Amino acid sequence: MATAFTKRDYSLIGPEAARAAEKGLVSAKWHGCEVPRKELKELMKREDAPAIRDTLIWFAALAVSGAGGVYFWGSAWCVPFFFVYGVLYGSASNSRWHECSHGTAFKTRWLNDGVYYIACFMTLYEPTVRRWMHARHHTDTIIVGRDPEIVAPRPPSFLNLFLDLFALKAGFQLIGSLSRHAAGRLTEEEKTYIPEMEWNKVFVQARIFLALFVAVIATCVLTGSLLPAMLVGLPSLYGAWLSLVFGISQHVGLAEDVLDHRLNSRTIHMNPVFRFIYWNMNYHLEHHMYPMVPYHALPALHEAIKNQCPAPYPNLFAAYREIVPTVLRQRRDPGYFVRRELPSRTAAAVEPDGAALAT
Amino acid sequence: MSHANAWIEVCAADDIDEEDVLRFDHAHQTYAIYRSPDDVFYATDGLCTHEHVHLADGLVMDHIIECPKHNGRFDYRTGQAKGAPVCINLKTYPVKVEAGKVLIQLG
Repeated sequence: MATAFTKRDYSLIGPEAARAAEKGLVSAKWHGCEVPRKELKELMKREDAPAIRDTLIWFAALAVSGAGGVYFWGSAWCVPFFFVYGVLYGSASNSRWHECSHGTAFKTRWLNDGVYYIACFMTLYEPTVRRWMHARHHTDTIIVGRDPEIVAPRPPSFLNLFLDLFALKAGFQLIGSLSRHAAGRLTEEEKTYIPEMEWNKVFVQARIFLALFVAVIATCVLTGSLLPAMLVGLPSLYGAWLSLVFGISQHVGLAEDVLDHRLNSRTIHMNPVFRFIYWNMNYHLEHHMYPMVPYHALPALHEAIKNQCPAPYPNLFAAYREIVPTVLRQRRDPGYFVRRELPSRTAAAVEPDGAALAT
Repeated sequence: MSHANAWIEVCAADDIDEEDVLRFDHAHQTYAIYRSPDDVFYATDGLCTHEHVHLADGLVMDHIIECPKHNGRFDYRTGQAKGAPVCINLKTYPVKVEAGKVLIQLG
């Protein structure tokens, strides 16, 4: 049976923003699983070694696959090399900027910041804009009218998801936002989460990004070859598909407007290759509940709180067996969502709207 | 009753580990009490100036307190915000230890 549903406004300056505030969903207190303070302190401890090791492997794999693509350029043999290079460039970078934005990848601050700026460029994200946008995502996770990172507003748009598969929507948006920011302007939505003292940084970074992209295009024109863009710029598009596959699995199909990450985030067991590319963000529930725990400590955090959480998904396929039918149903019944089952002795901090619960 | 300039007992000094922080609620206000790695006690407002988050749930690293939600970092000795996403300094309060008790001066 279809659920009564009024199409919601997912913008940050519409009526849903005021509604979220009225309902006490803005900057609210979220449910936290119990972890003894001493144990949590150990889990939050910073280290340089794991991220230095992983970053060296990442850069080496980029160099090898990129060199293979260049060597075989002009023949079909370059395809598998660019396939790997693209995933490492366009998808692995997505988890790198993310972890570095939390300041948890490395203990050393400048290493976090350095990898953050490089990975942002590779993912087509403007560093300062994304830092503030993501902070809001963590403050008001999947709160409609507040969270600027909701991947699939209901009813989900297949066209948008398809475009996201190759970062085309992000690419088109970037052209507009870089032009706007380079000219010294922000949208009203951006002004809701970027403080004025940071605006100049946004404008300077946009000009630098534009200069880098112009340099790549100029190199292509001068050499009469697409190869430079295959190495810098285009892999942000042709290699983005895996980060979308991961990204959809984080929250899509789960509850909106709840103050309990166990109800709006998924933890999914994944193989070591995926976990390397994704930097353990498959432990997404744990990451949202305790965002200052570094990626390398998330498996231990998962063990510490798993008895207080819904059962994790055994693999990505199992998650998609839930997500695909849910998204299909939300096309005709946008009020429908998956209600995660909590362990019997725990309760959600805030339940979703009664109307939305009628699934 | 006014608490201006009053010294308020917080806890026993041993209740806070070195390089750690404790939440202290008093008269509808919340504070964070720190014990530094060199065994000196400090106090600041208890909530991050970026969002409504208790700093006592965060991580103390040397003389920095890191907000548990968004990686906002402050020097808890001075209250100085150390960069985005925190832009506003924390208020600090005098602290002393007497007879094994930590006291904070509010005012």
